[in-house]
Amino acid sequence: MKYFQPELETMSAADRRALQSERLVSTVKYVYERQKPYREKMDAIKLRPSDIKGIEDIWKLPYTQKSDLRNSYPFGMMAATRKELVRLHASSATTGKLTVSGYTKHDIDVWADCAARSLVMAGADEESIVHVCYGYGLFTGGLGMHYGAEKLGAIAVPASAGNTQRQLQLLADFGADIICCTPSYAIYLIEEMEKAGLKPGRDIKLKGGCFGAEAWTEEMRAEIERRLGIRACDIYGLSEISGPGVSGDCEYKTGMHFQDDHYFPEIVDTETLEPLPMGERGELVITTLDRTGMPLIRYRTRDIAALDDTPCPCGRTTIRMKRITGRSDDMLIIRGVNVFPSQIESILLKDPYVQPHYHINVDRVNNLDTLEIVVELSPDAMSDTMSEIEAIRSRLSAEMASGISVTAKITLVSPGTIERSEGKSKRITDRRKIK
Amino acid sequence: MINQIAVFLENRKGRIGDCCEVLKHAGVNLCSMSIADTTDFGILRMMTDDNDKALFYLKAAGFMCAAVPLVAMQVPDKPGALADILIALDKAGVNIDYLYSFAGAGENAHIGFKTNEPQKAEKVLTEAGVKII
Repeated sequence: MKYFQPELETMSAADRRALQSERLVSTVKYVYERQKPYREKMDAIKLRPSDIKGIEDIWKLPYTQKSDLRNSYPFGMMAATRKELVRLHASSATTGKLTVSGYTKHDIDVWADCAARSLVMAGADEESIVHVCYGYGLFTGGLGMHYGAEKLGAIAVPASAGNTQRQLQLLADFGADIICCTPSYAIYLIEEMEKAGLKPGRDIKLKGGCFGAEAWTEEMRAEIERRLGIRACDIYGLSEISGPGVSGDCEYKTGMHFQDDHYFPEIVDTETLEPLPMGERGELVITTLDRTGMPLIRYRTRDIAALDDTPCPCGRTTIRMKRITGRSDDMLIIRGVNVFPSQIESILLKDPYVQPHYHINVDRVNNLDTLEIVVELSPDAMSDTMSEIEAIRSRLSAEMASGISVTAKITLVSPGTIERSEGKSKRITDRRKIK
Repeated sequence: MINQIAVFLENRKGRIGDCCEVLKHAGVNLCSMSIADTTDFGILRMMTDDNDKALFYLKAAGFMCAAVPLVAMQVPDKPGALADILIALDKAGVNIDYLYSFAGAGENAHIGFKTNEPQKAEKVLTEAGVKII
């Protein structure tokens, strides 16, 4: 199978532009009528829906930020009624509140189409067995790829995350040909596979994979492809827009095909917010062109990327997106989970036994992300027994696990140990080498 | 009861040395020392000839420390003496968190221990004819 939806994926530039224009015009009318935050934003700059006549007018529209979603928590950004909405997903926001995303049946359908397009690009077809070991839950990874696989007509295996030995057994016994997980988990699986004596090609039948939800390198791709003997495709998405499948690699890996008949990308300067010329790196901004549950206009993703409109040998005519190379805020992505330092700080502030002087160390050990939080004990917390100090640590550890959904190693240090700095302190050391 | 000082030490090269150096400059003499450790941190427990002074200087040098009282006793220097005492404490339901020996004059061994029921422990020791310090 070459394309999942050939008529949409390979349409001419003129047709694509016409479709984008038509969809943007109706989306702007729709959000003005249905989303109060957008009506207010547009009224504030005296912009009427009729001023948007095509995709070329998109720059006139106001931006949307994560704070807009937070301020309207939980349902203030929904354009659809409760009757029309069929699903909610959520990801973490800076202050511990979640960023909620609402989907209608139509939105789930479009998202599944996009995930299916990515699966086909990774080599899947109607006869594939797709092993999904992204987490199933509020995180969009698991359910997104699952619906994509079913939409394609393939067989979805909802393995979800964790329990590596079981993952290996399922991969070997069911003979999945496509896998979906984070790239670091893929490398971990390969190592466990080798330890268990399972040989790719003989015991493991994989031929392709969609790997995303975290930043990775060309070196990691080469390693996964070599050790598994598969095609390793990058896949990008975010729950605010839909989920995995917003863009993805084809077999030529010339940059991720951005499904721009549904999601329109722009690259803007992180400081001035002025649109940047094609090919330049800046912040990725996305407008949903036909979403009905929670349309977003010019959503600032905070991801740093570049676009490429040169033709791709695969025949798809979408614009493409280069690898994400960073963030324009301080969000960390640890084992695929979004973590804001402010979430960590608010947990520390609530604990009387430690002080809000801390340092966050992120590293990648054996291809898995590690998070260490070094925090100063409060002077009153001194005890002569190990168990009492250990209890402070294990309690913090449990609070982190439930508060940020990532296991963190807590290291307690004496008061005054952590360097104080004037102004913006450097509280994060990220030793992962991802370029 | 006697006092000991507990000091929190991160597991970092030279930390015990740093702590002892503070005491050296303060002119405080160490009588005993015991350390409990995990991979990341340790608690150094010690007795000195001037705990108040030791605490003052250690705190000033940025160490996290506290004075904690121990039940202290003289144990005859012969096989089984400590065992008999510990069995008596156990029978009376006194739990010991930790114990260590310290230097003292004479023929006897000196042992200090931490318990959450010091009064009960001292009563058991007195009944067993053990000398409390």
